[in-house]
Amino acid sequence: MEYTSVLIQFLNGLASASSLFLVAAGLSLIFGVTRVVNFAHGSLYMLGMYMAVWLSERIGFWLAVPMAAAIVGLLGAVVEMVLLRKIYQAPELLQLLATFALLLVIKDAALWVWGAEDLLGPRAPGFAGTVQIADGALPQYDLLLIALGPLVLVVLHFMLAKTRWGILIRAATQDREMAGALGVNQRWLFTGVFALGALLAGLGGALQIPREPANLSIDLSVISDAFVVVVVGGLGSIPGAFLAALLIAQAKTFCIALGYSKATLVVEFMVMAAVLVIRPWGLLGRVPANLRGPAAVPLPFHPPSPRMLRIFAVLSGALVLLPLASDAYALVLLTDILIFALFATSLHFILGPAGLYSFGHAAYFGLGAYAAGIFSLQGKFPMELALALAPLAAGLAALVFGWFCVRLSGVYSAMLTLAFAQIAWSAAFQWDALTGGSNGIVGVWPAPWLASKTAYYYLTLLLCAGAIIFLWRAIFSPFGYALRAARDAPLRAEASGIAVRSMQWAAFTIAGLTAGIAGALYAFSKGSISPEAMGVQRSVDGLVMVMLGGLQTLSGPLWGAALFTWLQDAAARNIDYWRAATGAVILALVLLWPNGLGSFLQSKK
Amino acid sequence: MGVLMVSNLAKAFGGVQAVAGVSFCVAAGEMLAMIGPNGAGKTTCFNMLNGQLAPDAGAIEMQGQSLLGKTPREICRAGVGRTFQITATFASMSVRENVQIALLSHARRLGSLLAAMENKFLKEANELLDQVGLRAQAGRPCAELAYADLKRVELAVALASRPRLLLMDEPSAGMAAAERHAMIQLAAQLARASKIAVLFTEHDMEVVFQYADRVIVLCEGALIAQGTPDEVRADARVRRVYLGELSEPTGDA
Amino acid sequence: MKRLPVGALVLALLFLSEVQAQTIRIGELNSYKTFAAFLEPYKKGMELALEEINRAGGVNGSKLELVSREDGGNPGDAVRVAEELISREKVALLTGTFASHVGLAVANLAAQRKIVFIAAEPLTDKIVWENGNRYTFRLRASTYMQTAMLIPEAVKLKKQRWVIVYPNYEYGQSATASFKKLLSKAQPDVQFVGEQAPPLGKIDAGAVVQALIDAKPEAIFSSLFGADLQKFVREGKLRGLFKNTVVFNLLGGEPEYLDPLKDETPEGWWVTGYPWSQIKTPAHQKFLDAYRKKWQDYPRLGSVVGYTTIYSAANALRKARSTDPEKLIAALKGLEMDTPFGPIVYRAVDHQSTMGAYVGQLSAKGGKGSMVNWRFADGANFLPPYEEVRVLRKE
Repeated sequence: MEYTSVLIQFLNGLASASSLFLVAAGLSLIFGVTRVVNFAHGSLYMLGMYMAVWLSERIGFWLAVPMAAAIVGLLGAVVEMVLLRKIYQAPELLQLLATFALLLVIKDAALWVWGAEDLLGPRAPGFAGTVQIADGALPQYDLLLIALGPLVLVVLHFMLAKTRWGILIRAATQDREMAGALGVNQRWLFTGVFALGALLAGLGGALQIPREPANLSIDLSVISDAFVVVVVGGLGSIPGAFLAALLIAQAKTFCIALGYSKATLVVEFMVMAAVLVIRPWGLLGRVPANLRGPAAVPLPFHPPSPRMLRIFAVLSGALVLLPLASDAYALVLLTDILIFALFATSLHFILGPAGLYSFGHAAYFGLGAYAAGIFSLQGKFPMELALALAPLAAGLAALVFGWFCVRLSGVYSAMLTLAFAQIAWSAAFQWDALTGGSNGIVGVWPAPWLASKTAYYYLTLLLCAGAIIFLWRAIFSPFGYALRAARDAPLRAEASGIAVRSMQWAAFTIAGLTAGIAGALYAFSKGSISPEAMGVQRSVDGLVMVMLGGLQTLSGPLWGAALFTWLQDAAARNIDYWRAATGAVILALVLLWPNGLGSFLQSKK
Repeated sequence: MGVLMVSNLAKAFGGVQAVAGVSFCVAAGEMLAMIGPNGAGKTTCFNMLNGQLAPDAGAIEMQGQSLLGKTPREICRAGVGRTFQITATFASMSVRENVQIALLSHARRLGSLLAAMENKFLKEANELLDQVGLRAQAGRPCAELAYADLKRVELAVALASRPRLLLMDEPSAGMAAAERHAMIQLAAQLARASKIAVLFTEHDMEVVFQYADRVIVLCEGALIAQGTPDEVRADARVRRVYLGELSEPTGDA
Repeated sequence: MKRLPVGALVLALLFLSEVQAQTIRIGELNSYKTFAAFLEPYKKGMELALEEINRAGGVNGSKLELVSREDGGNPGDAVRVAEELISREKVALLTGTFASHVGLAVANLAAQRKIVFIAAEPLTDKIVWENGNRYTFRLRASTYMQTAMLIPEAVKLKKQRWVIVYPNYEYGQSATASFKKLLSKAQPDVQFVGEQAPPLGKIDAGAVVQALIDAKPEAIFSSLFGADLQKFVREGKLRGLFKNTVVFNLLGGEPEYLDPLKDETPEGWWVTGYPWSQIKTPAHQKFLDAYRKKWQDYPRLGSVVGYTTIYSAANALRKARSTDPEKLIAALKGLEMDTPFGPIVYRAVDHQSTMGAYVGQLSAKGGKGSMVNWRFADGANFLPPYEEVRVLRKE
């Protein structure tokens, strides 16, 4: 590469870094103060884009940008007051679920208002040309963005350091209880911070319209980038976010410049994994003062009551007898539900008793599925053997990844699980020879004696019920209690001779292994397996199922998986805006029963 | 012959000598109180003993075996039990389960995945709960217990590891006077009965002088006096330190 | 009194089966939410065809009924939806799908469940070749065919230094592979001096354009579309990538991807596409008028695909005089029919239709994109010989 192109690519990287920083700064700010991981942050960015495109046709680009940002900020305030205020006391993952539901609703709202077509905004008047750099050219607008990132950083820094409001924010970031004790009006502080964060996201989106058309898939891609930046920089640290945005944007840019454009899929996650392994709290993050597990107050798990056991017995009986009475499709749907019930239960095993976050559990589901496909098609193993071996592959991956993940805690550990899942996903996506690349593996069907829907349903029922019962028993075994001990009071557990990390590592591996069973069953039930099986969406689905059912109830994941799968199936068929409908149902459930469906069922017993 | 021998223990934080060459020992069945004003280095000392802090210099030996560089878990395995200044129990479990899990850990029986814990070490757990007077509450979730009872749970959990040395960092912090006496008395009684060496810190001098066999006094990181309660009470330097502290009231009591 | 409900039930069942006998159901599934912009016109095309067919008396004395479903955009959900169409809705055949991997998964399921599947939108070559099966047929001109249609123009230019940019998934990968293979064969001295494979929908256009400039290309082959294409065009124009290069962009002339470019449409690019307003054949005019009348909108390529898919199904049902899968396969093999693009044949050898596409150059005249200098490329002329196909199909 010539000197000029290195320089231009570096400037390209700076421009991307600025855009990335704007959205990440807002996310970091919101997390720092409210401790809410705002999944809908990318949606606010998307709204900023649409709003700016729409407004710039009416009032011109330069007025449209601040207007769009302000409107999104205002919307943020409304969301905070109507929704988030009600759930600050709820477990963190439930807050995540609520903001995820918000994402679904906003996506469909945007679809409804602006339609499905991508909307390309105007170029910025006055910045539509390029500047000559040696024999290369750089868009003037990129230079503007390059300047804007540091400017926002300085303004935010000044605001946090010098204004009273900023000092309150910093106090709240460091110690929420303390700030409360100091008489800070938390309600308005939180609303203000959320509005500011939303405004930054809206601004980031609005500023992007000369470079990128507003489209409906931007929300998820932005939120995943922003998460990575915030975590690499250190949660709650604005300068950290800036540094991380710089690092990641440059890494991506130079992957392209040096001809490794395929690596852009995964480079940010590799950077994140490396940073987290070396600096567990991010580049500029501090060890959080009080790290807690997923639930603020861990509620006791109850072994199933006799009544619950009777319900399960009846349910199991019904499931066994069902093929006699139902049509083939009910069996197909139930097979899916059983598989996802096992997937959710395996995730619950580490989220609940072990208190470990995982945003990347789909990796093990997907690895199990891929292993099943590879063993049976490439390896020419009999289906029964492939099915038996596939979970071991998933378990092995969990063993390796888990070793790193249990060394961290809270959101950091969760993000490391996400990073590993993305790396695994990208391997599946790019390793054509082994995994079939983006097409995946096609033709993974069960052995002839299991080929009928009924036979496969019974196989699934047997294996899923067996694995679920195994996981449940494990929760009430000495191992399960030791896990809970390690979650409730890690120091106390260590001082009683419990090997906290090893226990969690083992739990992580077991969860990976059982998710692998679900994945292998999934592969043979669908006849094919594609990278989506281990994508972020599947991990999120798992979390939604567990949270719907309730973290602190044993059978929660079952109800959650059943409801979620059925809802998706029924809503997608009958309702045009099924995403919004799913989101609305989740929001209603979250607001009505902050501890999940399972707790609702328990309270009725 | 002491159960725990500490010699020349030292730790500095960025130029501030938090603990400066402290030596002492605790014998089996002995109640040793560590006292001193705030910032005297008691907590630093404790954190080095229980493996949370690495000392700059000095030796810690438990029945001839060095504890230096060992993790909290290994220290537990070496026969050291502890309670925390900020009570730490397993909040999602019942009182009995708290004790059971500690017993299982001690017996290295945590690997079992399939057998229910319910009936494991039930008898031993009940005995320990009898000893700390919580048998009646055995089935209650820890989250529901009163503070003083939580402290007792913690004591039972610590004893479940069958320690030969018990480290108790402010076991009676945050308790009313009557509870405080009851707590230390219980610890003393159990220590003597099972020949466990106990090292504890305590703010309430009345409690210290009533229940400790021996007292060591820390001031600005150094050990300034040790002996029986009477000897320490009579020590001129101790009196100066404590009278000095009494003359200017501090927030902590 | 107890007898009455039972009697009513029996009657209702009889009545239901009567209704069933009078309609033939076509099961359709697609990623309407994921690719909404492209599938709305497609659905309108289907509905138009359905209306026309039923107005003309249906098929084999029965009305056609379209049972359309969202496939969730991923193979797992799509397979479940297809199962629902097969076992609960009792459809006679399946159509639909958009993305390659979903199409391939449904095709495989079709073979497993022994039901005919007419893949409507997927472009992947594999669906009829490497992964082809006897139950699966495909309407649209595939990636290979459309790439091949651009080769004659590419060869004429005699450019040496080519760079390639493509979305990093099946469609872009196979377009790139086919292009390299076909061009190298026709012009052995060609050099491919750079390759960029940005993730689908996430192109970092500035950096990609700069990297392409650095490769000093004389010509560019791109298979970008949608938002990626818009970003690429804008950055490329701004930074001068297209000043001294000729650009070939697969699908670039399809209204779905061309229209959003508006006045920024790059002049002179060679594309495959659908110049709907300029095609004057009677077959197309009839379709155009009917479509505009029904929807008050102009058709996109997807509209033609949807429209022709339904007609393919109807014609196959007519020819088979039955909904039996084996008879439908026999009918579809070698099925000849008219389409708005002219007559096509579903080749018996690989189940690929010979539907063609229009090849031409882009123009931004009048502030919106259109195709000029276009010609129709009949798909039949751009398919590999039977022997090659047989080897690929492993039948």
